Amino acid sequence: MGLLSDPSRRKVLTGLLTRLNTPICIVCYLAGIVWFMGLAFEPFTLRTYMSENAMGSTMVEERFSSGERALSLAKEFDAHKRKAGGMPVEWLVKAMQSRGLEVFTQSFSRKLPFPDENKERYMVRGTNVYGILRAPRAPRTEALVITAPCSPGNTNNQAVALLLALAQYFRNQIYWAKDIIFLVNEHDLIGTQAWLEGYHHTNITGMEYSPLQGRAGSIQAALSLELSSDVITSLDLVLEGLNGQLPNLDLANLFYAFCQKLGVLCTIQGKLQRNDWDTAEGYTHAAQTMMLMVLKQACGRSWGDHGLFLRYHIEAASVRGINSFRHYKTDATTIGRLLEGMVRKLNNLLERLHQSYFFYLLPSLSRFVSIGYYMPAFGLLAVILLLRVSFPGLCHCFSVSLQPSSPGVLTVLTPVVISHLTGVALYLLPVHLQEMAVEHFPVSETEAVVLTAIAIYTAGLALPHNTQRLLSGEGTEQGWKVLKLTALLYLAVLLGCTALINFSLGFILAVTLVPITASITPHMPKALYALVMVLLSPAFTILYCVFIYQELIEAPVSVSEGWMLFLSVISQGILDHALYGSLVYPLLALFIYPCWLMFWNILFWN
Amino acid sequence: MAAPLTLLLIVAVTIRAVLFRSSLAELISARVEVVSPLNAWKRVVEGLALLDLGVSPYSGDVFHETPLMIYLFHFTVDYAEIVFIVSAYFVDCLSCFLKPLDRAKMAINSNYLKSDLLFNFPGCCELISWFITIIVCLCFCKFHFLCTCKYTDVRLCHQIADGITALALYLSIQTYNKDVFRKQKYALESDRYSADCLELLRSPKEMFYIPLKVAMFYLLNPFTILSCVAKSTCGLNNAIIALFIFCTLKGSALLSGILLALATYQSIYPLTLFAPALLFFLQRLYIPVNLRRSSFWFFTLQYAFMYVGSLVVITGLSFFLLGSWDFIPSVYGFIFSVPDLTPNIGLFWYFFAEMFEHFRLFFSCVFQINVFFYTIPLSIKLKEHPVFLIFMQIAIISIFKSYPTVGDVALYMAFLPAWSHLYRFLRNIFLVSCVLLACSALFPVLWHLWIYAGSANSNFYYAITLLFNFGQILLVADYFYAYLRREHHLTHGLYLKKKDGTEATLVLK
Repeated sequence: MGLLSDPSRRKVLTGLLTRLNTPICIVCYLAGIVWFMGLAFEPFTLRTYMSENAMGSTMVEERFSSGERALSLAKEFDAHKRKAGGMPVEWLVKAMQSRGLEVFTQSFSRKLPFPDENKERYMVRGTNVYGILRAPRAPRTEALVITAPCSPGNTNNQAVALLLALAQYFRNQIYWAKDIIFLVNEHDLIGTQAWLEGYHHTNITGMEYSPLQGRAGSIQAALSLELSSDVITSLDLVLEGLNGQLPNLDLANLFYAFCQKLGVLCTIQGKLQRNDWDTAEGYTHAAQTMMLMVLKQACGRSWGDHGLFLRYHIEAASVRGINSFRHYKTDATTIGRLLEGMVRKLNNLLERLHQSYFFYLLPSLSRFVSIGYYMPAFGLLAVILLLRVSFPGLCHCFSVSLQPSSPGVLTVLTPVVISHLTGVALYLLPVHLQEMAVEHFPVSETEAVVLTAIAIYTAGLALPHNTQRLLSGEGTEQGWKVLKLTALLYLAVLLGCTALINFSLGFILAVTLVPITASITPHMPKALYALVMVLLSPAFTILYCVFIYQELIEAPVSVSEGWMLFLSVISQGILDHALYGSLVYPLLALFIYPCWLMFWNILFWN
Repeated sequence: MAAPLTLLLIVAVTIRAVLFRSSLAELISARVEVVSPLNAWKRVVEGLALLDLGVSPYSGDVFHETPLMIYLFHFTVDYAEIVFIVSAYFVDCLSCFLKPLDRAKMAINSNYLKSDLLFNFPGCCELISWFITIIVCLCFCKFHFLCTCKYTDVRLCHQIADGITALALYLSIQTYNKDVFRKQKYALESDRYSADCLELLRSPKEMFYIPLKVAMFYLLNPFTILSCVAKSTCGLNNAIIALFIFCTLKGSALLSGILLALATYQSIYPLTLFAPALLFFLQRLYIPVNLRRSSFWFFTLQYAFMYVGSLVVITGLSFFLLGSWDFIPSVYGFIFSVPDLTPNIGLFWYFFAEMFEHFRLFFSCVFQINVFFYTIPLSIKLKEHPVFLIFMQIAIISIFKSYPTVGDVALYMAFLPAWSHLYRFLRNIFLVSCVLLACSALFPVLWHLWIYAGSANSNFYYAITLLFNFGQILLVADYFYAYLRREHHLTHGLYLKKKDGTEATLVLK
C-alpha cells in the first residue's frame, strides 16, 4: 500500500508510466508473444505425471485377446450396414443382447437451421443403440461410457466391432465396480448430443428425442473410439471439446502410460513426439503441435464425440486410429488391450478425476504447460490495454465522464448502442433471413447464411460513424477520448473473461486486436489505418487462422481454396452454435465485433 | 426536479418489469452474488408454505427471515390490493407528519430563508406522496395484468421498495445539502475558512443535481436491478435503512429510533448506525458531545430508550405473532454463527469451510467484530460529520457482514454522488472502479468454470471475492481520506507550505 498512498512515490510511478507509455506497451506486446512461443521450448515445460492415486499405483494386467474376432465382426457389421443403408439397429441390438448386455435404443430427430454442406445433411433422423454392462461388485451408482460413432460409408466399422468384442470380454470379468455403457451413436455429434440430453433429462438445444429406457449411475469418464482400418500405425488422442474445454490431464496421462506400456505409437494433433528438443527442428515441431492445439481449442467446436461429454462434467477423450505408411503396425488385439487397461484403471477411481490440471496446453504428449505458465503471456498483452487506459489524457476524461450531466457520456452512448445493435443484427439476421436471400439471389441456403453474415459485417463498417455524424454533428476531442476509455476497458474485461474460459481464443484475439486498439486515435492517416484495422479485424483473424491451420497440418491451400474453407468455417461456427451451443459465434458477433466497431468509430471520429 | 425524478422512476420500473417478464429472472434469482440464504425469495416461499400449513416456518433449516417480514408477505400475497392502498395512505400520513416538522424548522431558520430558497421545497412532502401514489397506481394496474400465479404480485412489493429507497435517499440528500450549505454560510460569515480555499467551497449550482444523481445511482445501478429482479428481500431492508436516514436527517428522533430498531431487527448490523444518528441529533440540537454534561446524557438516554423500546416492542410483537422464540436462533443465530457456507461475495464462507471445527467460535467472533469495531474510532474521528459516518458505516456493514449480496453494495454506492466534491482528493478511484468492474464480470465466469465446467475450483472464485472486497475497502478508505483531507484544507488553506517554503504533501498515518 505504501506505493499507492505515498504521494511522492506515486508521482514518480505515474510520471514513469506516462513518459514511457509507448515503449512499455511495445515491450509488453513483444514479451507476450515471446513468452507464448517460449512455452513450446522443452526446458520451460513440465513433464506429465499421474496425479490420481487410484490410477497410479494399481497394477492392471491386460488379457484381451479377441482382436481377430473383432475384425471378422467388423466385416459382418459392414455387410449389415450396407444392407440397411444406415445403422443396422436390429443387428446391433441382437449382437449386444447376445453378449449379455441390457440393450436400449433411442431415436432422435433434428432439423438443422440450414443445410450442412460439409456433411450433407439437413433433416437428421437416427437411432442410438446402447448396452449397459451392470457392475457385479458395487452398487450401480457410477458408470463409464465407451462410444463408437457409426459413420456413413465404410469408416469406423472396426471401432464398432472392437466395442462389441470388448463388451463380450468385459462381460466375463468380475472386477467391475462401475456400470459400463457401450454406446453406438448415429450422425456423430448430433447422436451423442441427443443421448447425453436424454441421459441427463435436459433439453438445451431444441433436439427431439425419445426418452431413455435404461440408465446407469452418474458417468465418471467416457472414451470415444474411432478406428477405420484393421491395423494401425499410431493412435491419436483428441482432447479439445466444446468451447475449448479440456478433460482432466490425468486422462491424457493414462492414455500415454498405456501406449508406453504396450509399445503403441501415440500422437497428439497427429504429430509424433521428438526427442531432439535442443535442435531448431525439435523446437519447431513442438511449437507446431502447440499451435495446432491452440487453434483447435480457439475455434470452440468439439473435435470428436467426446467434446460434448465435457459439458456434463464428464472427463472424456477420443482415441483415433491412424494408418499411414510406416512399417511398424499395431493390430486390433493391442488396441483392445489398451482400451481394456484404460477402462480398468478408470474403474478403480474412487472419485471423479480432479487431481490433475484442467487448464493446460500440450506441446507433446509427455510435456505440458499449465495455466500458471501460459497466463502471463496473455497478461502481458492485456496489461497494454490497461496501460493505455491509464494514459493521463484518458485518465483526465474519466473525471469528466464521472459527471453524468456532462456531454461526454451521451456522445459515447450513441456509438456504443449502434455498434451493439449491429452486433445483434449480425447474430440474428443471417439465419432468419436465409429464405428471403434464397428467393432473391441465386445461392443455396448455406451460402445465403454465410454471405448475409459477411454482408452485415461489411455494412457495419459504414454504418456507425455515419449515423454518429448525423445524430450529433462533429465529434469533440473530449468525446473520442471518453469513447476510447470505455472501449479499452470493455475490451480488457471481455478478453480477460474469454481467456479464462478459453485461453486460446482470448490469446488469439488479443494478439490481433491489442496493437491496433491500443494505438488508435482520430488524428492518424485515415486510409492507411482503416486498412490496417480491417486487416486485423475479427473476420480476418479467422481467415488467417484457417491458413495457418492448413499450413500446420501440412495441407497448404491456395487463396481461393482458403476462401472456400473460410466460408465453410463460418457456416460450421453458426451450426455449432445452433446444434450444440458453442459460444464462439455469439461471442464474436455480440461482443468482440461491436467492441471492434467502437474503435473503428474512433478512427472516423471527425 | 419533479419531472426528471418521475421520468427516472418510470424508466427504473420499466427496466425491472421487462426483466421480470423475461426468462432472465429465473437465472438471476439463482445467482449466489444476488441472493443469500438470508434473503432468497425461494426460501421466503418455503416459509410462506409452512406458515400456510400451520407449521412454524422456522421448523426446517431453510427459512431465515424475521417473523414480521413473513407476515408482511403473507399479508401481501393474500390481500395485495389492500396493501397497496394502505401503503399509499401510509406514505401520505408519513408526509403529513413530517410537514409540521419542516415548517417548524423553517420558522427557526427564517433568517436564512433567502439563501435557502433554492433548496426549499415546502411542498416536497406532498410531492413524495404524489409520486408514491403514482407508483402504486401503476403497480396496481400491472397487478391486474400480470397476476398469473399466487406469488406474482410480490414483484411489485420489491419494485415499490426500490422506489421508496430511491425517494428517501433523494429527499435525505436534498435535506443534507441544505444543511451543508447553511453550515458553509455560517463558517464563511465567521471567517473560519482559510482564504485560499474558495475553490473548495460548494456552490448551489453543482449541488442542485446531486439528489437526482443519488436516486439515479440507486435505481439504475445494475446491482439494485439484479437484486430487485431476483426478488431478494435485501431491497426491503435497504428501504428501511433509507427511510431511517431520511427520518434522521429530517430530525424526527422518534421515527428514526423506530426505523433503526426495525433495521436492527431485520439484520442486526444496522445497530452500528446508532452512533451516527445520535451524533447527528446532538449536533442538530446544539448539544456538545461532552461526557460531563447532563444534557448530553439526557438526550442519549432519551434516544436509546426510543430505540431499545421499539426494538423490544417489535421483538415482542414477533413473539406474539409467532407464538414462540424460534426465530431468535433461526435468524440471529444464523447471522452470527454462519452455518450456511454457500459461496457469496463476502469473506466468510471460504474461511469457515476451511477451518477446523473447534476454532469456529473464536473465528466467528473475530470476523463479526470487524463490523462493530470500526464504529468507535470512526465515531471519534467523524463526530462532526455524522452523515458521512452513516455512509462509512453502511459501507463497512456491506463489506464485513456474514451474508452480503450486491444489493447491500448498491445502497452505499448510491451515496457516492453526494461526495462528488471530494473527487479532486481521491487517489485510486480509477483503479478501484476498474477492479470493481472487472470483478463483477469475473464473478459469473469463475462460477461457471467452478460449478458447471468443473475445471476451476473454489480458490478461483474466492480470489475474485477477495479482490472485490479489496476494491470496496480501498474505495471506502479513499473517500474517508479525501473527506478528512478536504476538511483539513478548509481550515489550513489549500496550498500548504513546509517550513522551508516548498510544497508540502499530506500523508494519512
